[in-house]
Amino acid sequence: MNIALLTSEIAVLVLGLLIIIFDVLIPRQETHRSLGYIAACGVLAILVHSMTQYGAAATVYQGLFVVDNLALFFKQLFLAATFLTLLFSVEYVEKWIQNSGEFYALLLFALLGMMVMASANDLITMFIGMELMAIVFYALVGFELRSKKSSEAGMKYLMLGAASSAIMLYGMSWVYGFTGSLVLSQIAVKATASPAMLLGMGLMLAGLCFKLSIVPFHMWAPDVYEGAPTPITAMLAMGSKAAAFAVLIRVFLIAFSDLQEYWATIVSLLAAASMIVGIVVAIWQTNIKRMLAYSSIAQAGYILSGLLAGNVAGVKGMLFYAVLYMFATAGAFAVSTAVKNHNGSDEIEGFSGLAQKSPLLAVVMTISLLSMAGLPPMAGFVGKLYLFTAIADKGYLWLVILGFVMSMISVYYYMLVVKTMYSKARDQQEFVVRGSLQVVAVISLLASLFIGIYPGPLAKLANFAAQALW
Amino acid sequence: MIGLAHFLTVAAMVFAIGLYGLLTKRTVVGILMSIELMLNAVNINLIAFSRFITPDVLTGQVFVIFTIAVAAAEVAIGLAMVFRVYRDRNTVHAARLNEMRW
Repeated sequence: MNIALLTSEIAVLVLGLLIIIFDVLIPRQETHRSLGYIAACGVLAILVHSMTQYGAAATVYQGLFVVDNLALFFKQLFLAATFLTLLFSVEYVEKWIQNSGEFYALLLFALLGMMVMASANDLITMFIGMELMAIVFYALVGFELRSKKSSEAGMKYLMLGAASSAIMLYGMSWVYGFTGSLVLSQIAVKATASPAMLLGMGLMLAGLCFKLSIVPFHMWAPDVYEGAPTPITAMLAMGSKAAAFAVLIRVFLIAFSDLQEYWATIVSLLAAASMIVGIVVAIWQTNIKRMLAYSSIAQAGYILSGLLAGNVAGVKGMLFYAVLYMFATAGAFAVSTAVKNHNGSDEIEGFSGLAQKSPLLAVVMTISLLSMAGLPPMAGFVGKLYLFTAIADKGYLWLVILGFVMSMISVYYYMLVVKTMYSKARDQQEFVVRGSLQVVAVISLLASLFIGIYPGPLAKLANFAAQALW
Repeated sequence: MIGLAHFLTVAAMVFAIGLYGLLTKRTVVGILMSIELMLNAVNINLIAFSRFITPDVLTGQVFVIFTIAVAAAEVAIGLAMVFRVYRDRNTVHAARLNEMRW
């Protein structure tokens, strides 16, 4: 067993424990801001170190834990998402949340859960990683002790999340019963289209779709996104979703790859329903977090459609889109956090006059939203192009047309937010933005534009990672 | 002679009872108990499959130990959250969790 392959996971765990110790050491009345920066620096260091692991293809713990390019790609995505979230959450945590040390430590444990999910090569590891992530998120969603909405969101997320994992486990038990194994590659060898196997596969798909907030398993998402502290909402959209995709790709393209004719139709309908519901319902939202929740439901539908291709091009499209969506979400939520810190509300109306008060943040929000909508030259356009060409090759032309129509409609409600930002300011209060939040905003702005104009390097990397599956 | 089918039937019944409780119970604690029932149905399933399908390897039974541990953690968080909700609104009725709706 080669323990060196686990260095990033061990480092994240140690960093989380260190944050808890530092939290106790700092006197209560002093600021705990430094903990956020320590965590961010640590995560950045782990991210840089993980670059050296590319090219590895090995398993640890008798094949239960795999380290390959695909896992590494997802791990770097989670590390980058956590890094950006930590940076823009410092002021928010100081202002709205007590127990900031525990907040940062829990965020790192959630990151650890996601990293385990990305490397899961059997159903036990996958389940443990997913529950580590989910249980930490239940606590984090209800972390804003002074807000009634936060406790309600936490309770709802916990009840529905626990129920969905019970349903998924029941599915896993049937898959285990039919194939006699929990390791993905061995399930693939014995999988045949029997009722027990299809029941297990269907229940597992339902459980994963809950984590991805795919319609019709999306009902929790708007409430939880609205009630959770804004940085946690961002993490749910960027991290938890991408982690579920990492598991989905491995389970459905390795273990259930021979059953593709059975799941392809259902997955295409789920993707189409998510695009339609996510985009149509978002039009009427007045709360920015709720609007972004519906938009993330639609984005999950887009990414899910890549699974239908079932080849390197499709997975490459999914990976590429997950990264650009991560940067766009980081930008949008960083700006939402700044606005919430400024006037204490999440309503879209609160954005009025942002362009006069802070032109930089208004530009970042505009670019991020347009990238999600998929307008050229932003990154979202290229991402949709990769996804749609991959599935059009497989004959899903109707889904491609639906996706294009829906993304045109989505421009409308994204532009409503932009219009509000460039309207006249309601108050003349000075708008103060902390440096670290501005750094996140600039990173997301540059990434959305750079990936859109020059997609080559990221596309190559995503292609390289996708090839690990075949 | 009691065979695999008997265990699976019991598990399916327990799972169905849990699912029914999840959809009909009106207090948060009752919902958490229903979820526990569903998880225990999974445990019966896993142990039965482990005993009858793969008697030589203990994969299923090992999995059960993990699900029991995870279920305990879930309930711990769940009850903590029940306390929070009770402190906020003096009730644990699920229908009163209605601050947000679209």
